[in-house]
This record gives sequence, C-alpha cells and structure tokens, in this order.
Amino acid sequence: MSTPVTATQTKWWSGGKSPFNLEYGKLMMWYFLMSDAFTFGAFLISYGTVRFSSNSWPDPNHVFNAFPFAGHANLPLAFVSLMTFILIISSVTMVLAVHAGHNGDKKGVVKWIFWTIIGGLAFLSCQAWEWTHLHAEGAWWGSNPFPNANGTVASTNFSNFFFTITGFHGFHVFSGVIINIIMLIMAQKGVFERKGHYLMIEKAGLYWHFVDLVWVFVFLCFYLV
Amino acid sequence: MSQHYDPTKDISPSAAYPEVTFGTHHDDQSFYSKVKKTTIVLSLITIGELILGLYIYYLHKGEPSHTWVLFLKGVICIATLAKAYYIVSVFMHLGDEIRNMIMTIVVPLMLFIWFIAAFLIDGNSYRDLRNKYDPYFKYRTTEEKAPVKQHEGAEEPEHKSGKE
Repeated sequence: MSTPVTATQTKWWSGGKSPFNLEYGKLMMWYFLMSDAFTFGAFLISYGTVRFSSNSWPDPNHVFNAFPFAGHANLPLAFVSLMTFILIISSVTMVLAVHAGHNGDKKGVVKWIFWTIIGGLAFLSCQAWEWTHLHAEGAWWGSNPFPNANGTVASTNFSNFFFTITGFHGFHVFSGVIINIIMLIMAQKGVFERKGHYLMIEKAGLYWHFVDLVWVFVFLCFYLV
Repeated sequence: MSQHYDPTKDISPSAAYPEVTFGTHHDDQSFYSKVKKTTIVLSLITIGELILGLYIYYLHKGEPSHTWVLFLKGVICIATLAKAYYIVSVFMHLGDEIRNMIMTIVVPLMLFIWFIAAFLIDGNSYRDLRNKYDPYFKYRTTEEKAPVKQHEGAEEPEHKSGKE
C-alpha cells in the first residue's frame, strides 16, 4: 500500500517534495490543457459573437438531420448523439486504463487503451462521414447552402465556423488517438513496467478527457442551441 | 508508484519528486461504483439535453415564445457545465488534487466569465447598430426569402453556387 504519511508531509512548501503533490509532467499537462481551453474558448466565443451579430442563423436541426444508411429520413440530433456517446464511453475506458495503471496491471492497461483507441477511431469515422455528407450537400469553407431559420439567405459564417471548429477538435481527437497508440505500444513492450509507474498513461488520459470535454461544448454550441 | 521507486530505472523529474499516495484509489470497489455513477450521470444529462433540443425543434414548427426558447437553451447550457464539472472532477481527478493546485487551474479560467460576456454583448450591439444604420442589411437578413431548396436533388452540383 501507500508510503506511511509522516508529519512533515503536510508542509507542502518546506522543500524536498512537489508542493502540488503532482508529478512535473502531469502538472505541465494541466497547464497545457488550460491554455488549450482558451484556444477552443476563443474559437467558440468568436462563433458566438458572429452569431449574436446576425439577425438569423441556420437551424442545426435542419442541417444535421441525416444518419448513415437512413436515406433522406429526417433524424435531427440522432447522429451527433451517437458521436457524443462514443466519446463519453471512450473517456470511461480511459479512466479504467489509468486505474489499471495505478494498480500496475499491464494487461488491464493494454486492454482498456485498446478500447479507447477503438472509440477514438469510431468517432473520427463518424466525423468523416458527417463532413462527407455536408460536403455533398454543398457545404464547405466559403460555401453554405443552408438558409437561415427565418428563411433568408445565410452568409457563409455558419459553415466556416462549423468546419474550422469541428476540424480543430477532430485534429485533437486524431492526435489523441496517435498518443494512445504510442501508449499502447509502450505498455505492451513493458516500458512502464520497467519504470515502475504508469504516469505516462495518466498524462495521455488527461489529454483524452480534455478532448471529450471540448466536444461537450462543441456539441452544445453547434448542435443544441 | 512511490514505494516501487528505484533511482536506477528512472531519470525523469518524477523520480526526484515522487507523488505522495493518499490511498484514494486503492479501494477498487468504491472506484468502480464512482466511475459507474459518473457514467450514468453523464449519459442521463446528455439524454436530457437531447430531449430539450428535440423539444425546441418541435416548438420551432409553430411560433414559439422567444423567452421560453431562450430559457430552455439556458437550461441546456447549465446542464453542459454540469457535465464539464463531472468530467474534470472525476475523470480527470482534479477533485482529488491539492486545493492550491486546483486554484491555479480554476482561477485563470474565471477569465472566461468576462470573455464570454464581453464578446457576446459586443456581437449583440453590432447587430443592433447594423439594423439601425444599415437598412439593406436588415432587409436582407429578416425579410428577403431565400430561394426554396429542392431536398430531393441535394447531390446535384448546382447547389455549390455559393462557392466563388
């Protein structure tokens, strides 16, 4: 079990230990994620500003109403809900991978990281389908076929922001999948076992949860409101 | 973990300052029930948001009250913040960290309060000014109807007309 806690350990700033009781890399990952939160925040807020400065805006329920193999069926919010649940579940499998790492359970880490990668790839595939579908409907950067909710002609702001922000998020998911694949290979080869700890998995986990966190807000801003 | 620490195997900064383990994660059973509970909470909030989103969609088929729709959207925003809280606090374990560390993350994020308020108010003001001083903008975005789109022919290339 854990190291016996001595009396001096409550004095975090007396030296000889990390005052935040956090490994250096994990702390820096937190600060990176905070800065990344501001990057995404700036994107979403600029979207909000432009939307607030418009008299009307395309209705997401009319834009995002398609589902693979469902033909022209009108299914608002259905596909994006699927994407949201895929990302939540892959976040849960990542929690389980980090927990297996805490217990030094190599098999468990490999198993749960593997499922997290599958979740990430499933999400990316969904996004690829959605982009392809919208592109086929004529939406792309600089081109927006969808009218405003009040029936007037919409500017291209809607598709510009949509593709830029979901693209930036998708790029984060993509790099998260790459990081997880590297973690999987390293765990499989026993690198963390030799080191004696799985802190690397925790850092990858923080990044992955952040990707899920950002999606929660992208989902809110583009699909729900 | 710290008790397995062997300096010959690790030269990373983490070796110099191993984390003190408080034993919060050692009870497997309570860990799994916490993760399970959080997963269920996140799923239920998401389903609730979807129901509200679809309700707004349904309302838009008629002539909904602007205030009521705005209120529903506000509820969805608060639900999203609750989801963010659960992800950060439980999945990312921020809730288990030392208070000082939490504050170095949370306090700078307070900037978002100003960030969101200032920019949305600015956007709103810009719209009001344009409506007041640019009648053509107002006409174009509130009255002039877009040509009706043929849904059946969605795949045809003529819909890319806006791409110049």
